[in-house]
Amino acid sequence: MLEVARAEGAAIVVRDLVKRYDDVLAVAGLSFDVRAGETTALLGGNGAGKTTTLSMLLGLLTPTSGAISVLGVDMLQHRFRVLPRMNFTSPYVDLPKRLTVRENLLVFADLYGVSRPRDRIAELGREFDLAGIMKRPYGELSAGQRTRVSLAKALINRPDVLLLDEPTASLDPDIGDRMRTYLESYQRASGCTVLLASHNMREVERMCHHVLMLRAGVLVDQGAPAALVARYGRDSMEEVFLDIARGREHNEPRAGADLVP
Amino acid sequence: MSAELPAAALRSQRGIGASARRVRALIRRHAYLLVKSWPRMVSMMYYPTVTMVLWAFVTLYLAPTNRFLQDAPGFFIGAVLLWDVLFRGQLGVSLTFIEEMYARNLGNLFVSPLRFYELVIGQLVMSAARTLIGVGGACLFAWILFRYSIFSYGFPLIAFFVNLLIFGWSIGLAVSGMVLRWGLGAEELAWAAIFLIAPVSGVYYPIAVLPPVLQAIAWSLPSANVFEGMRSVLVEHAFRWDLLVRALALNVAYLAVGVFLFRLAVGHARKRGVLLQMGE
Repeated sequence: MLEVARAEGAAIVVRDLVKRYDDVLAVAGLSFDVRAGETTALLGGNGAGKTTTLSMLLGLLTPTSGAISVLGVDMLQHRFRVLPRMNFTSPYVDLPKRLTVRENLLVFADLYGVSRPRDRIAELGREFDLAGIMKRPYGELSAGQRTRVSLAKALINRPDVLLLDEPTASLDPDIGDRMRTYLESYQRASGCTVLLASHNMREVERMCHHVLMLRAGVLVDQGAPAALVARYGRDSMEEVFLDIARGREHNEPRAGADLVP
Repeated sequence: MSAELPAAALRSQRGIGASARRVRALIRRHAYLLVKSWPRMVSMMYYPTVTMVLWAFVTLYLAPTNRFLQDAPGFFIGAVLLWDVLFRGQLGVSLTFIEEMYARNLGNLFVSPLRFYELVIGQLVMSAARTLIGVGGACLFAWILFRYSIFSYGFPLIAFFVNLLIFGWSIGLAVSGMVLRWGLGAEELAWAAIFLIAPVSGVYYPIAVLPPVLQAIAWSLPSANVFEGMRSVLVEHAFRWDLLVRALALNVAYLAVGVFLFRLAVGHARKRGVLLQMGE
């Protein structure tokens, strides 16, 4: 069994993860832990390796080398032992457009082996305000409605590990806030471990206990949002993100802003 | 909003029951599409019915002057209906998979507990359903319009049907693999692949008319053995068990190759990371 599985209190353990596509090194020796029952953000600019990393964690992408353990299970060898306890959303996937919301959720309830699926779907319908659109084809929904349905699908099996790629990107501020509140509430109540890739730094500051910062497939920094803000001498995670994405060192002045006398 | 704690949320994930449930989920997903779309149902029956009608009129035209057709008047209609079993069988497998690609649903499926073999079984079941609907409709019209019953073959019909369906599955799985490997640009393969073997399957003529090289190729295909068997039943009124056994043995090999190629393509897709990105 992997050494990684023994990392104490960690639901996800990644060691020396590498993904190479021919000459392109997408992920270059990534190692990190995601503590159980916490929400961790995976941050980085476009092409930093966030989606590649999430894909490898889900078993959608085979790493070139390295090790991944989720809930103590070696994902590269035995992913089916743990996949029923995981779920995800991603802007790169969709649900069948001609199926209604209810039909889509029933299909995924069956795939995950959810007990009393109709009760669970009714419950999610209430939580995500889907009752009025249950009978509508998924393809006819607005972007915000689709996002809510995707989140409902991601929670259909009450996962212990939830991987969210830009989960609230297309939601208006009101619905976005309600979704965050729900996810926080779900996370607290269930002890679920959440790994979140987001470009919304306010969302990260609000929801995340820990942040992993990637640049060019390398983990360049990590810590609690407040600790990172303090360490970089900035006012917000937005500024910390810009510092890290642009390769600036801690407390290095920002171009332009700092020229003002 | 409030989240509630799970209480025995998930059923067992192991055993035949769990596998059957996941396959049912996949079938349910495609059945929802079929039952609510009458244009889909019609389009499945349309091509087999039109080709059947075409060959029925060819038969009516040629029969008065053709000894063979006088002895076996249902030959062309039976041949075209059985050819469609092969075609629909292949198409059913390929289109079921391509549908997931178009829907950008592969990522959801491949991170769910659905196993590879369950995905394949789901595709095969849907293929059988599509074939029964498509060819079944054409068979019904053959009886209504021309009083021709495919069931006049008796037991051999089951043997022909099963063998052609399995061969169609094999090609369909290989095509699914190719579409996954080369993207939706290769979708044409789903429609065209089967016609590559049509000339050497002996659908409308005996294998003996082919040049020796093509005869060798033909005998290595289950379809050629089935259509030779069909002619034997029609002309000699004898069921050729040797041809059935050979077709079955070949089918086992072809199905294994089809599954292998599809599996290889899935492995390649996992390496290249296309499962998350593939779509329309």
